[in-house]
Amino acid sequence: MANSLKCDLCSKPATVHLTQIVNSKIHKVDLCEACAQAKGVTDPSGFSLADLLLKASLNPEPAGDARCETCGFTSQDFKKTGRFGCPSCYGYFGALLEPMLETMHKGGTHTGKIPQRAMARKSLYERLTRLETDLDQAIKAERYEDAARYRDEITQVRTTTSRKPDA
Amino acid sequence: MKINELIESHSELTDTAASKCAVVLMTRIRLARNLAAQPFPGWAKEVQKRETRDQCMQAVASLPQMKRGLALPVESLDELQKQILVERHLISRELCHAKAGAGIVISKDQSCVVMVNEEDHLRIQVLRAGFQFKKVWSTINALDTELEEHIDYAFSPKFGYLSACPTNIGTGIRASAMMHLPALVISSQMEKVVRAVNQLGMAVRGLFGEGSDASGSIFQISNQTTLGESEEGIIKHLHSVLTTIVEQELNAREKLLESDPNKLFDKIGRAFGILQSGHLLNSGEAMNLLSLIRLGIDLGIFADGQRAVIDRLFIECQPGHVQHAAKGAFDPGQRDVLRAGRLRSEFAKVAAPDFNNAAR
Repeated sequence: MANSLKCDLCSKPATVHLTQIVNSKIHKVDLCEACAQAKGVTDPSGFSLADLLLKASLNPEPAGDARCETCGFTSQDFKKTGRFGCPSCYGYFGALLEPMLETMHKGGTHTGKIPQRAMARKSLYERLTRLETDLDQAIKAERYEDAARYRDEITQVRTTTSRKPDA
Repeated sequence: MKINELIESHSELTDTAASKCAVVLMTRIRLARNLAAQPFPGWAKEVQKRETRDQCMQAVASLPQMKRGLALPVESLDELQKQILVERHLISRELCHAKAGAGIVISKDQSCVVMVNEEDHLRIQVLRAGFQFKKVWSTINALDTELEEHIDYAFSPKFGYLSACPTNIGTGIRASAMMHLPALVISSQMEKVVRAVNQLGMAVRGLFGEGSDASGSIFQISNQTTLGESEEGIIKHLHSVLTTIVEQELNAREKLLESDPNKLFDKIGRAFGILQSGHLLNSGEAMNLLSLIRLGIDLGIFADGQRAVIDRLFIECQPGHVQHAAKGAFDPGQRDVLRAGRLRSEFAKVAAPDFNNAAR
């Protein structure tokens, strides 16, 4: 009987039944009222994302239990909120994210603005850290010629960063 | 600048209506940006949110564009002040409900706003009256580039600017136009337009964004996808869709005038009568009446100079503004009386409609 259907998310009796055709495949979802509300299914503008999230939770992903090492956010948290915990999450939830992006956006790779100055700053900073490690190692190994070269490079990088970087 | 000065001063939206394209009331672009080193606001602890806010507010307030503007933690605002800012499209309803740690920075002319710790660490927004995507994009692009000098943004070469919600990653851009489409509504074509626009991957919302109704025949149309296309590409695409909608609206107006001018004039004339003499007007009805007068201005029935007045009244008829103007707390019924009073005095000054002057 149709009315004995259970909610796909919490197994309370389902009262909201959705059928949507995405890429010529039929997707059926049954929800109780509370879950439907929580997922924004009743709000037509928020619906397509909700559907994507539901699909993600219905077809158990291989990355079902991924966890962000930086902030402790889990894929369960994502399914609940539809939001990530921190910028590093994008590195940990790739398997969850990539199939969603396909339907969500025009493409999977950024082609717009790049924060040139911040990127330049970051790469300079990384180069500096690397040189400092090299310098330490060179001193420890008593390779003084190398050490002198590293020191000069560090001075050079430092003067570049103290000047205003022109991107 | 203090919050009260800001509320008392006229805003960008209500006082610069010298637009060539009357159908587009306002152009707005927002960028979602986040700090690389902090969890997103929805997941951050209160201490982290405060750190983020201190860092962001300081960086934003130091920008030349924000000089002599307003920078405040959201919890220092009372409910009415927040509502007024929402009614002016300066902040989102979501920011009003944000618990501790949210902030706002608003430029002196109220055209640039940065919300801190809304859904993302930074929501940068620039708005201008009229149809002005080029100008708005160059302003916000410069603001963003300058902010980047002070803040390390969360950015990945593949996913672009990272944001709490994956629907916003990439460019983090949402470009939108607020459009006045009375003829498409009157001739029941709006549903068709909404469907077509949705199919093109764009969203149509009411005056106050998600979930709001389309009172006053005002709609916000914006891009939905943010990844895989450049900012300029997204704006260009949206711009061409909006231009088509403007054409559709103008065609619909012509058709209304051709097929049954008396029906249209009757609507406009009655709206004028009610605004001049009504004593109880809720905000929805007031918006719809003002919308008809605005259509009348576009058609040449009222003087062109009245358009700026109507655009200001669209905002000043909202509950928060009515309450603020009357200085006190009122229930909705009392507000309807106050609103009607305000409109009566405003419309006593407006010259009677000249229907013979309607452009055909």
